[in-house]
Amino acid sequence: MANFYTDNKDMQFHLTHPLMKKIVELKEKNFEDKDKFDYAPVDFDDTMDSYHKTLEIIGEICGEIIAANAESVDHEGPKHENSRVIYAEGTQQNHEALQKAGVYGISLPREYGGLNFAMVPYVMAAELVSRADAGFANIWGLQDCAETIHEFASKEIQDEYLPRIPKGDTCSMDLTEPDAGSDLQSVQLKATFDETQNRWFLNGVKRFITNGDAHIKLVLARSEEGTKDGRGLSYFVCDNNHDDKILVRRIENKLGIKGSPTCELVFRNVPAKLVGERKLGLIKYVMSLMNGARLGVAAQSIGLSEAAYREALKYANERAQFGKEIINFPAVYELLVTMKARLQAARSLLYETSRFVDIYKAYNLISNERKLTPEEREEHKEYQRLSDIYTPILKLFASEYANQLAYDAIQIHGGSGFMKDYLVERLYRDARILNIYEGTSQLQVVAAIRGVTTGAYLNKIRKYEANLTAPELATMKEQLATLTADYEKAVTLVIEIKNQEYLDFHARRLVEMAGHIIMSYLLLLDAQRNNEYAKIAGVYIKLAAAWNEERFNYIKSLKFEDIENFKSVI
Amino acid sequence: MTKELKIVVLAKQVPDTRNVGKDAMKEDGTVNRAALPAIFNPEDLNALEQALRLKDRYAGSTITILTMGPARAAEIIREGLFRGADNGYLLTDRAFAGADTLATSYALAMAIRKIGDYDIIIGGRQAIDGDTAQVGPQVAEKLGLTQITYAEEIVKIEDDRITVKRHIPGGIETVEGPLPIVITVNGSAAACRPRNAKLVQKYKYAKTQTEKAENQLKYADLYKNRDYLNLAEWNVNDVKGDIAQCGLSGSPTKVKAIQNIVFQAKESKTITSADKEIEDLIVELLNNHTIG
Repeated sequence: MANFYTDNKDMQFHLTHPLMKKIVELKEKNFEDKDKFDYAPVDFDDTMDSYHKTLEIIGEICGEIIAANAESVDHEGPKHENSRVIYAEGTQQNHEALQKAGVYGISLPREYGGLNFAMVPYVMAAELVSRADAGFANIWGLQDCAETIHEFASKEIQDEYLPRIPKGDTCSMDLTEPDAGSDLQSVQLKATFDETQNRWFLNGVKRFITNGDAHIKLVLARSEEGTKDGRGLSYFVCDNNHDDKILVRRIENKLGIKGSPTCELVFRNVPAKLVGERKLGLIKYVMSLMNGARLGVAAQSIGLSEAAYREALKYANERAQFGKEIINFPAVYELLVTMKARLQAARSLLYETSRFVDIYKAYNLISNERKLTPEEREEHKEYQRLSDIYTPILKLFASEYANQLAYDAIQIHGGSGFMKDYLVERLYRDARILNIYEGTSQLQVVAAIRGVTTGAYLNKIRKYEANLTAPELATMKEQLATLTADYEKAVTLVIEIKNQEYLDFHARRLVEMAGHIIMSYLLLLDAQRNNEYAKIAGVYIKLAAAWNEERFNYIKSLKFEDIENFKSVI
Repeated sequence: MTKELKIVVLAKQVPDTRNVGKDAMKEDGTVNRAALPAIFNPEDLNALEQALRLKDRYAGSTITILTMGPARAAEIIREGLFRGADNGYLLTDRAFAGADTLATSYALAMAIRKIGDYDIIIGGRQAIDGDTAQVGPQVAEKLGLTQITYAEEIVKIEDDRITVKRHIPGGIETVEGPLPIVITVNGSAAACRPRNAKLVQKYKYAKTQTEKAENQLKYADLYKNRDYLNLAEWNVNDVKGDIAQCGLSGSPTKVKAIQNIVFQAKESKTITSADKEIEDLIVELLNNHTIG
């Protein structure tokens, strides 16, 4: 019996992080649900045990059902019939298995039929599903929409929509349009309010909508006639009754994640309800939803990376050339070690970010019920800031690493990896969207550069440094101090020019330098909790030093005055 | 029709003979149970799924797991509860030990009589440790009930009659029988659904009296407030069993000798990929009934 959770001790290690105690306490609020729901936990240990056991269930479904269906789903794909989407048979089976296992609505409060799980185990579930089938992970992951409804919609809307999610209703978030991709401010789908019927109606077109034929849809639409920017957009929730009001015009034929239907949709006078306040659609709600989605893509990336690493390792151990298994050749084991270092580093960053999101989201919910104390307010703000700067850097690294790992996994397979007979070719195709959707890597840099310029990354790095006290890790800590000093120099070199274009030009390099240092520290802190992780930290720090030096050199050599010349080449 | 069915699922904890390692057998040729993980007998899981589907379809139906075995077989009841069963009984007593199929079916039949109210008794076709397929039919005979074996799918229940598709060589046979009835389910039936997260969280501390007494009991208060966490154990007296018909003394089957069989390829044959040779091989295998 394959179980993607029990066979992954690294994931289990992250579940035991000391901060979980605080997260669980905030999430379970004195375990007040224990007398109301027979499945609510009675204390911290009980909660952790439930996380563990539930991930075991999901791990089994991933190993036994979703992974087994992945190939046929990739080949078959969803069908487009009568303006509707029909899932591939395997997709339907996956969905039903998870629904019967009672894990949809994993993060929703129990009063809506959810499990009230923290972000960390929720993200772990997403990683597990993605390792089995990154395309299916979208259908699973879109239950994120429930989070948005829960956070921002009225009680009436919550009561109407949320209980349907654990029962298996799927969701989609309908943002993109033909002329509004990265630039969502240009969304044109029209929302008009009908005074006589006292409701909103949606009309227009959406494009590239993942799981577009879902039951419950969150739609970004222009509610303020005559406006042109993001301040004229509001957020709506509507039902897709699979009638002639919402039509699927086509399903895109994609390079990868073929099981996840990507739809072009026509809205014809669809009755809808306003989520939260008018005009805050893009600037508040979609931004929040997007952060959740980016965390989801990061989990998807790491799940896929795990699959790529395992496939490559297995093949390298089995395949013999020149009289020995190819894993014995430096050229091959170096690839494998680097793959593993990237995987572990990105995973540490994933769960660090998830913990930040957990704490700030828990405070969000508590603040709806009562006033936070001044200390709590301070903490709330602090973790929100951390979530905001960690999410883009996480999404950037996790998705780029996933592509690198998929690439390396094929390389290790040689010619066989290029054939459809091996899993890695699908991983390679599936990975390619990860650094594009929910904000390209280039846009993640735009969001993350603030962490560089405000000194927020550096502050956090200093805190990691202070928390790292294990004497056996002192040498590696010193190495990181050197890397940090170089990073500070690089930042100063760029910032002192005081030119936006120059900053934008080197932004990715600076963000990446910060990221390498942050991930190095996270791996060292892992090693401080469990010495087994010291080796991988050592490997990653050596890589980080080399990568940062390369970036630093380029920044030093490509000066502000070189930019014009540089551009003139094209 | 909205009949509320009372379903008893017969389930057995078995050593996982599908994952046999080198320590699977002891030197004396008996099964080394310690080396094999104890699992829910696979075809009993198929039976449980059929029961759960009936419960999905006929609201108000209840599923009771009945299992016989040592104290640790309580795990089977929990596994059943995790998937949607409502309660369970562990039939456990030294007097039941060493039972062959006759003594097993006697004990099960006595327990079912004690349960009393039932419409459907359903279990796997056979257990992977004994492969006899006798217990289900014997239970039916002892209770004087109709039986349908090799079931693959329960089609419907109408006016106290049940329609079942059964797996037969070369096809499917649809049969009908009266309730109450005993059904044994074939491995080709739908696989059992996964454990349900909410039910796992609800029942994970469910324990029998024996288990509660074993170690320091965590969450002792829960057992007072949540009665569904107390799993029932029945011994010979509880089911009014006749000791002479139970366990070893009630088992006419005697194992005379056990032979260790080691499969060895004694002869081999090389064929080329020529059509003719492949065809000859197919004909030969068909003729000696290896395939077909």
